[in-house]
Amino acid sequence: MRELIGLIPLIPLLSSATLMLFAGHLSRFAIGLLGVGSVGIAAILTAKMGIDFLGNPEVFKVTLWTWMQVGTFSSDVAFYFDGLTLVMMSVITGVGFLIHLFSTEFMEEDVSYARYFAYLNMFVAAMLILVMADNLLLLYLGWEGVGVCSYLLVGFWYQNSANGYAARKAFIVTRIGDTLMALGLFLLFTELGTLDIQALGDAAKDKWQVGDSMPLIACLLILGGAVGKSAQLPLHTWLPDAMAGPTPVSALIHAATMVTAGVYLIARTHELYLFAPIAMIAVALVGLATSLMAAFTALTQHDIKRILAYSTISQIGYMFLALGVGAWTAGIFHLMTHAFFKALLFLGSGAIIHCLHHEHNIFKMGGLRTRMPVTFWSFMIGSAALAALPMTSGFFSKDQILLQAYQVDGIGPWLWFGGLVGALLTAVYSFRLVFVVFFGQVNTEPDKDTGWRMVIPLSLLCILAMMGGWIIIPVTQVFPLAVFEHPAHWVEYVSIAVPIVGVIIAYLIFLGGQLKVDVFTNSFVMQKLQQFWFSGWRIDWLYDQLLVRPYYGLARALKLEPVDNFYRLVVTISQTFNQWLSAGQSGQMRRYITSMVFGLIVLLAILVRAS
Amino acid sequence: MEGLNIPLNHILLIASLLFVIGMLGLMIRRNIIFILMSLEVMLNSAALAFVAAGAHWGQPDGQIVFMLILSIAAAEVAVGLSLVLQVQRRFRSLDMDSLDWMRG
Amino acid sequence: MLEIILFYIAATVALVSTILAMTRANAIHALIYLIVSLLAVAVIFYLIGAPFVAALEIVIYAGAIMVLFVFVIMMLNLGAKGDAREKTWMRPSVWVGPALLTIVLFAELLYVISSAEGPVSTGVVGAKQVGLSLFGPYVLAVEIASMLLLAGLVGSFHLGRRYLDRAPSSELGHQQEGE
Repeated sequence: MRELIGLIPLIPLLSSATLMLFAGHLSRFAIGLLGVGSVGIAAILTAKMGIDFLGNPEVFKVTLWTWMQVGTFSSDVAFYFDGLTLVMMSVITGVGFLIHLFSTEFMEEDVSYARYFAYLNMFVAAMLILVMADNLLLLYLGWEGVGVCSYLLVGFWYQNSANGYAARKAFIVTRIGDTLMALGLFLLFTELGTLDIQALGDAAKDKWQVGDSMPLIACLLILGGAVGKSAQLPLHTWLPDAMAGPTPVSALIHAATMVTAGVYLIARTHELYLFAPIAMIAVALVGLATSLMAAFTALTQHDIKRILAYSTISQIGYMFLALGVGAWTAGIFHLMTHAFFKALLFLGSGAIIHCLHHEHNIFKMGGLRTRMPVTFWSFMIGSAALAALPMTSGFFSKDQILLQAYQVDGIGPWLWFGGLVGALLTAVYSFRLVFVVFFGQVNTEPDKDTGWRMVIPLSLLCILAMMGGWIIIPVTQVFPLAVFEHPAHWVEYVSIAVPIVGVIIAYLIFLGGQLKVDVFTNSFVMQKLQQFWFSGWRIDWLYDQLLVRPYYGLARALKLEPVDNFYRLVVTISQTFNQWLSAGQSGQMRRYITSMVFGLIVLLAILVRAS
Repeated sequence: MEGLNIPLNHILLIASLLFVIGMLGLMIRRNIIFILMSLEVMLNSAALAFVAAGAHWGQPDGQIVFMLILSIAAAEVAVGLSLVLQVQRRFRSLDMDSLDWMRG
Repeated sequence: MLEIILFYIAATVALVSTILAMTRANAIHALIYLIVSLLAVAVIFYLIGAPFVAALEIVIYAGAIMVLFVFVIMMLNLGAKGDAREKTWMRPSVWVGPALLTIVLFAELLYVISSAEGPVSTGVVGAKQVGLSLFGPYVLAVEIASMLLLAGLVGSFHLGRRYLDRAPSSELGHQQEGE
């Protein structure tokens, strides 16, 4: 059974290759069957492995072949399987399968049906390689593979140049983080002599002391990679634009799996982070700042997918916060529950967009509660989980994060407080979305309702989003046990109460209308602030000014070919001289004689003066 | 030859006059034959200056240079006139200005 | 005294005949004037005490070299048409510029030779003295002169052949038609 682990990424990969090569010879049904079935088989295999693992929790490693060997460096294509891998694989194949199924309906009218599933299957394969990799090099292969698939899928509707722009932006911005990560890998290899993740932990124990500068640098570089991929400050700007892709893609790649790869990476290399407490604090602060920034931005957006995108950024910020405070289990737990409810929300929004003629603006929706009941309940449950209302999956995971953040020495209460503000905002914006879209009067009539291929994934994800909190993830072997003292009871009560307060505020403002905030929001300062938040804190503008425009300026300067012009000048000068001298070369003997006489006169004059 | 005193600078004056006349001819004439003649005049004037200077010091060196100039003139004329014949054969003209094929 | 008078007469003849030689349209006329000029210079050589050189001037310059010119001019067979063309080439616009340059050069030469003083000759330097120093200190120059003459001989023999290479190309022939 263990050897079959290699099949799990292989099957989607083969399916992807088949779809790419033989797309023209396959019927749409066959394409759908292949695309969904391959991920389904992978999901079944993963489930089988998971059941085995839960029965006999034994970590193992399967080496398939030696990938490369250069001098003392060698890298295997090897898969490592433990509880963390199992969680990630389950999320990828399980949620991935549901999203694939959903896609068959969502994309049924698209001409590039086969291309879509080819990319999506390739993504699943790359993501599985990422989480199963035994060494950081193979992980990096998967890391870049998902980056490529993300690029391809964001720019899926490439006929619209704005989508191509968004795809390039996603690719280039994440490339910055990937470069940092590559540097981190080089540093780790030169320092510790291996890229094998388990061996790295052992080598670090031998060579490093807690607080050394080398682990700090390495961990910050890896953090750079994680920040790029997981859309954290300051490299988050690509994610809202990446919503240009099809909605199921946003659900799978930009909510459930790929963007959480950074979280996985840090969790996977947590043994290194233990040597760099400053890097841990950096992770926590990045996470908290991102989560607050994105929450404020989400509050002002009116594109349904952008709201969810900023919400994703914000929730991944929570995961980073968890990792930074050492609550790895909570972080991974939140990763999993977030995958459930965010995929649910994205698929729900996909269903709305699908049935509402590709309408994205939430203020043009409204009253969909009765028109699309399944979607409505999906959104209700998803938003409840996102807002961390009690008994939903999000509640369990977020609560753990906040409580553990509170316990950090020194800055703990501040982190907790920041997290609470974020939680409040999360509740407000998620229920703002629900109230605006599903209540009130109908602005746009849906022209169809969801079919079974949408209903099944939504229903299953609803169950997961509700019940996911009861799953106990088997990662106790992976992470060191957190020293968990239960904080004071009021802390817990406040943590529970805040989201409920948020929902009530949202209700009062957006549905009940009891809370008149117009005077407040129409004031000058708030208008400006709203614009500021709406633009994503002007970070795009800032990057445009700081990086893009100088680069364009440089490109324009280089377009004039300064170097070539210099050499062209040399050519022009010598050609001019050539023309002058050719003009002198008249072939007229008498002119030569005359000029010789002239020269003779001058020479003689000089001689006479000299004597 | 007692008491004879032709001034040296007079001879040199004659020589330079001959020289500039020859040079003027060189610049003005277009016929190759005349150009060669002008060259002869210039060489001859130079030879005159040498011989006069040699005589002034009572030394034979000036005359020896004269002989060298003579041999140069002979060689130059021999080659030059052969060229004149070739030019006439090829171009049916002795016009120096029309022979500008080496114009750059 | 006679020598001085003779000198000035010879000098005048040399100058005048040279100017005439330079300005003739007919090559043979010019050549005759040139021979006169050379003979006048030979007289001057004799007067300044160089009889050997005077003899050489007459024999080789006025004799051999000028005869060579005469032969070539005869071979060219220029005729009256050429004379008329020579006249048209001698317009003032052609010679004013070179004349100015020449005057400047002459002025410079005058300035240079103005410092030369004293009589030109204190006695005769005869053929014997010349021969002694020619084959004494100047023997190398004699060798060089002989080389030069040999080169001239070979060069003129080569160039003087009827056709240097194959018949002129058609393009060349076309050019000749135009002349």
